Amino acid sequence: MGCVEEMNYEIVLRDATFKESREYVRSNFKESIDVQPGFKVFDVHVIGLPPIAIGLDGDFVIFPYTKPCHGTFLLRVEDKEEAARLRAGKK
Amino acid sequence: MADEPAAKTVTALLVLGCPQVPVQTSIALYLINRLRKAGITPVVAGNKAANTLLVVSDPDRHYLGEVIDLDRAVGLISDKKRDFDRCFVFIHNDAGVSYAATMGAISHAKLYALVYGEHYEEQVKKIDFPCTVIAAKAVHNPLPLKKAIDEVTPWAA
Repeated sequence: MGCVEEMNYEIVLRDATFKESREYVRSNFKESIDVQPGFKVFDVHVIGLPPIAIGLDGDFVIFPYTKPCHGTFLLRVEDKEEAARLRAGKK
Repeated sequence: MADEPAAKTVTALLVLGCPQVPVQTSIALYLINRLRKAGITPVVAGNKAANTLLVVSDPDRHYLGEVIDLDRAVGLISDKKRDFDRCFVFIHNDAGVSYAATMGAISHAKLYALVYGEHYEEQVKKIDFPCTVIAAKAVHNPLPLKKAIDEVTPWAA
């Protein structure tokens, strides 16, 4: 997913487990949505055990990014349009 | 005379994990060989290092067929552009469990979790989704995992 490298991201958690990532989002952000594995955030298909928690904080999107050798990173990226798109999909 | 319908090719995706545990490459080649002998077409998906270990180990492609980038495979399956009949996910860490759960959610393939490594039991406990778990404590010596696979004969099911 080369696009992640091109994003202006902040690493919120590194080398985490999928469970730690989910719990961190739920306990640190007032707003979050649950999605299924393979759901696309930006151009990234998210990986993990369902449900996968995506955090929303103003214009920031907080989402997990998993690499085979380094576990799960929780990334924070500012993108007004993507945050709005994710909010629009909320039930 | 009506033509007989062409037999559908049975396919299997091998999802490689981080190649830091040595048994992965030899077990992948072993499984590919068994699948091929059973008439199943194997496709490998891994990160660059995991794929390169296999490609260098099998330069004349006696065993290997198609090799694709792991993220690309996830994207193709998620976007419903491609799917497989069986999927074998190599697991020795938390990321491996995450990839297996993802494959279970996005693919219609019969899912096999191949769990190995020093702390394989810890990873097995995290698997709470439908799949066939094949697990053994195997780090440098692939034989315990090979034995566990042989007992399940996933190429015959």
